[in-house]
Amino acid sequence: MSDGEPLVRWDWIGDHVGELAHYTGVHLQLGLLPVLFGLIISVPLGMLCHRWRWLYPPTLTVANVLYSIPSLALFMIFVRYTGLTEQTVMIPLTLYTLSVLVPNVVDGLASVPEPVRQAATAMGFTAVRRVVQVELPIAVPVVVAGVRVAAVSSISLVAVGQLIGQGGLGYYITRGLQLDFPTPIVTATVLIMLLALVTDAVLVLAQRLLTPWAQDRGKTA
Amino acid sequence: MIRFDAVSKKYPNGTNAVDDLSLEFPEGGITVLVGPSGCGKTTTLRMANRMVEPTTGTVSLRGRDIREVDAPELRRGIGYVIQHAGLFPHRTVLDNIATVPLLLGWGRKKARARAAELLELVGLPGEMAKRYPYQLSGGQQQRVGVARALGADPPVLLMDEPFSAVDPIVRGELQAEFIRLQKELHKTIVFVTHDIDEAIKLGDNIAVFQTGGILAQFDTPERLLARPADEFVADFVGRDRGIRRLSFVNAADVPLRDGPVLPDTTSVPEVRAGSADKPWVLVVDTDRRPLGWAAVAELPDSGTLADATLIPLGHTFSLVGDSGRAALDAALLSPSGLAVAVDGAGAVVGVTDAQELAAAMARDDAARDETVTDEAVTGEAAASAVVTGDGGTATRAVMSDE
Repeated sequence: MSDGEPLVRWDWIGDHVGELAHYTGVHLQLGLLPVLFGLIISVPLGMLCHRWRWLYPPTLTVANVLYSIPSLALFMIFVRYTGLTEQTVMIPLTLYTLSVLVPNVVDGLASVPEPVRQAATAMGFTAVRRVVQVELPIAVPVVVAGVRVAAVSSISLVAVGQLIGQGGLGYYITRGLQLDFPTPIVTATVLIMLLALVTDAVLVLAQRLLTPWAQDRGKTA
Repeated sequence: MIRFDAVSKKYPNGTNAVDDLSLEFPEGGITVLVGPSGCGKTTTLRMANRMVEPTTGTVSLRGRDIREVDAPELRRGIGYVIQHAGLFPHRTVLDNIATVPLLLGWGRKKARARAAELLELVGLPGEMAKRYPYQLSGGQQQRVGVARALGADPPVLLMDEPFSAVDPIVRGELQAEFIRLQKELHKTIVFVTHDIDEAIKLGDNIAVFQTGGILAQFDTPERLLARPADEFVADFVGRDRGIRRLSFVNAADVPLRDGPVLPDTTSVPEVRAGSADKPWVLVVDTDRRPLGWAAVAELPDSGTLADATLIPLGHTFSLVGDSGRAALDAALLSPSGLAVAVDGAGAVVGVTDAQELAAAMARDDAARDETVTDEAVTGEAAASAVVTGDGGTATRAVMSDE
């Protein structure tokens, strides 16, 4: 970094507003779609693990092992099949969410009180209806807690995708390093943090609207 | 209505939850299953809606083997109430009550209208409809649980210790409310409890189970207390079953005598002349309402009974609505040992003591024995035997105070 260069040059930001907005959108998409896909995989997987408890330990082990593989290594593996595309970034990010989401779905289903489950059966719910109308809705607060962790970590991980040219706002971090110009680095970093914070706030709000019945709402947010 | 034929439930680990049970639950009555924990009472209850399947034997509902009916469909026609209410935390009170109608496909509007009716029926204010279960007290949750079980107006209700998780005062209220509801609804109810007092209070018939799922006795509460089938039942119904039996004696059937009753205008010399041999006189006002007891030996030398120091009554018992148990309690608390009977207006009708109550109960037993020999004993038959058997009014006419 050259002497006399300020940390942030506001005129640069002013000149790049449109471009920054575009990359912010891309970043959000790269960060949040994997959480959505992760949820689509975790809900049925968690239900299976809840139904057959013996499935849970091996499933959790696989999810944790996946999480331990460095993203760089995963990118290199998937580049062979999906090239330098967004998919190559999103597939590893999706796999990473599983280690948080699967346990939360399992814990959420386990949080359904036994008398409630029994009452549902005794009222004449079929097994499928009981899961969809009683057990999953009651699991929502615990599942959302997991989604919040997964979303924040996924948004911050997107930047690494810049290694294969798909990093959303990560683009400005590499550009800044190459040009020895701190403004884009600082701007992108602050934007990524803001994205994570706003996403988290939106999820908290969504949960309050979805579960007005939860006793401890307001306390844990 | 519900019939168990040679039903057994054995678990793979070899325990017998229910052993060769044959029992018919009378239509329109409350049958209480009672016994120590592990006696199979809850298992029995759950076999009635296929929550538990018997190992051998058949359970039938209105003459049809329940295994022929799809389990969820069968359950929608049977109300179910459990200990901790088990309300759905994510649904409002109204939607909880509307559960079964919604499952039956009534449509949201009709189901909610029905739920609002039921909310009122169980004595909860309409503004509770929009609340969530966590906003209700334990007693209120249990009421909602009962309303939910009544959702589709099922002819049969299964209740698994529904009132045992609330404090004794709320339990008493819920029990009274439950008795009132049943008078209106005439459901066929199977009720599980471990509390023999609750069983006696609520049951039209009681099935006492002992460990290992063996039915020890199936009888009316009166007969269970009067004639326990074996030592286990006698022990389970408790040492104070004699006193409990008095609950089934109507106060109006308790033999009374006139007793030493005097108006407060009586002068002391008159009292001394008429009641010299009696330690106590009951002082009443001009409407014969009791004022208190006066000890004859401690009366002042002159004046009337109004000048005497009166000792409080303890309490009286009413011929309208009280039981023999209230009469005994009144006798035990009275300084003179005499229980004071009053009529609906609160005027003294007569007095009785603990020994006379015991004698009345013995006569009641004798009357019951006669009916046992020639008719099948139901609650009503036994009750009418009390009235005809000892001629309450005739006994009451006997006066003289020893």
